[in-house]
Amino acid sequence: MSSPFEERPVGVIHDIGYRPYSGPRLRESAVARSLFITGLRNCFGLGRSGKSKVLPMLLLAIMLLPALILVGVLVQARTALNLDSQILPYSAYPTTLLLIITVFVAAQAPTLISRDLRFRTITLYLARPLRRSTYVLVRVASLTAAVFLLVVSPLLLLYVGGLLAELPVGAETKDFAVAVVGAFLLAAVLAGLAALVSAVTTRRGLAVTAVIVVLLVSYTVVVSVQGIATEFDNDTVAELAGVFSPYTLVDGLQVWLFDTDTSGPAGPTSTWVGLVYLFVTVLVVAGSVAGLLLRYRKVGAV
Amino acid sequence: MVPVGVIDTAQLTKRYPRVTALDSLDLSIGDGVTGLVGANGAGKSTLIKILLGLLPATTGRAQVLGFDVAHQGSEIRALVGYMPEHDCLPADVSAGDLVVHMAQMSGLPHAAARERAADVLRHVGLAEERYRPIGGYSTGMKQRVKLAQALVHDPRLVLLDEPTNGLDPGSRDDMLDLVRKIGSEFGIAVLVTSHLLGELERVGDHIVVLDAGRLLRSSATTEFMHATGTLLVEVLGGPTAQEKMRRALDAAGLPARPEGQLIEVDAVDDTAYDVVRDLAVDLGLGLVRMQERHHRIEDVFREGEAGSVQPV
Ligand SMILES: Nc1ncnc2c1ncn2[C@@H]1O[C@H](COP(=O)(O)OP(=O)(O)OP(=O)(O)O)[C@@H](O)[C@H]1O
Ligand SMILES: [Mg+2]
Repeated sequence: MSSPFEERPVGVIHDIGYRPYSGPRLRESAVARSLFITGLRNCFGLGRSGKSKVLPMLLLAIMLLPALILVGVLVQARTALNLDSQILPYSAYPTTLLLIITVFVAAQAPTLISRDLRFRTITLYLARPLRRSTYVLVRVASLTAAVFLLVVSPLLLLYVGGLLAELPVGAETKDFAVAVVGAFLLAAVLAGLAALVSAVTTRRGLAVTAVIVVLLVSYTVVVSVQGIATEFDNDTVAELAGVFSPYTLVDGLQVWLFDTDTSGPAGPTSTWVGLVYLFVTVLVVAGSVAGLLLRYRKVGAV
Repeated sequence: MVPVGVIDTAQLTKRYPRVTALDSLDLSIGDGVTGLVGANGAGKSTLIKILLGLLPATTGRAQVLGFDVAHQGSEIRALVGYMPEHDCLPADVSAGDLVVHMAQMSGLPHAAARERAADVLRHVGLAEERYRPIGGYSTGMKQRVKLAQALVHDPRLVLLDEPTNGLDPGSRDDMLDLVRKIGSEFGIAVLVTSHLLGELERVGDHIVVLDAGRLLRSSATTEFMHATGTLLVEVLGGPTAQEKMRRALDAAGLPARPEGQLIEVDAVDDTAYDVVRDLAVDLGLGLVRMQERHHRIEDVFREGEAGSVQPV
């Protein structure tokens, strides 16, 4: 971010005395919007030191790279390979790159959440008109938006590539729209969980590790269980196991809601399992936010 | 509650499971600089947090700028600046960026926030350093940044919790000068805490003394100094001259005691200076030194216990 003092002449300081401020004072909604945008920018290292830009920008580039290659292949070889849809379905893209998404969430959630608690900057926010709950909701919103942008950017690239390669517009648009909804759901679930973990473990290193463990270990366990259950023809267990990892949860919800293909070993096939996926998704997001509000209730008063 | 000073409290009480941090506090604080003095644990920070609406009182009421702390916290926080006693600055952001951001969090539009931040940082004396990340700042510079963020939205009142904490004597004087300037030149009411009475006497128009959550004393600084003031006097000529001077002071109605090489004189009012000077001239003694004794908080407590000061 450019420094606010750039255009001032350096070297000469005239003591012009104290000038009171009589301009406008914005309402809470405007302050919240400003906090949201600053938080979102911070997630990508913007407005922070140069080296905090490296990791998020690198991860964004890695997210985009496969999409770029796929689009290149699609545009060049569509007729040769006789393709009439994307090489990799939109809905499968996030799961394929879940490692990158996990590292991003694990690195940026503490940036947004733990930092204010560790440095006690939270006190400076709470001493201002903004309500506690607004602060918490805005922080989660910034993180959700950042993860959403990370996930949706390559999808957008694929979509544009698909249109350039003259894939059927109607089908592409529908698949893309579904994937955008899926990206948003994934972002909300990941951001909620990661924010909660970061708020509980104020130390940055610990928070990063904890988020990675929660997201990756759960995924590995779920996929293994699903694999074994499918082996033994126990489909119900395989399907239900999916709710225990954010990635399989959101993937399964997409399968049930929009009839996409599952990118894991098993997704919900019956209505009641689908409802369980929906219920768990809502529960995780609402539960994370409730947990955060509870965590911040006493902060700053002691 | 009716009184509309800058800060009014009525029977304000805060109880924790094991201690009563504030005990039936009745306060009325007006414009200018008010010093809030008390030993560790006296309840200074607790009072400030209640006034900001960050901490609920157990019983009693409090008003800041006419707003009730119990349910008008956000109105209060819009008009008040707060400098916490503890560290609260992120290490990886520059002072400039932080203060701009905090101005926006107080509702200033971006352009105005930048302008105010530049102004305020200049007033607190942070020049080129403001571009560097705060992590590399000295304690003195950090205290200035904390002060700047409390002032950036042009509040009507600032609550400064131990602004001189951790500063060396030079920086301490600078900080106290700034505090005085905020009250007199900027026209912003100030409530500043310290556990050193001497410090606050230098900047405060009014002094409030808290002891274990109770109001021990509240009065104008001038009044305060007269009631508890003592002078230290030194004359040339060794112990004999000292004793001669001491007797003369006693006889003149100024109770005096030897205090090492010096004489400690109870000064009832400003005329004491003249009496000391005249006596030294009459006795033909060289007057080396005559200064106000820096009060220690214990002196006030001693007198408080003796019942010689009445809480107002
Ligand atoms: N959250 C809390 N729980 C229990 N007791 C508390 C809490 N916060 C403060 N206290 C107690 O309340 C009393 C007043 O504390 P407070 O921090 O207001 O004192 P202070 O005058 O600011 O002291 P200091 O000069 O050390 O900053 C102390 O006895 C303290 O231990
Ligand atoms: Mg304190």
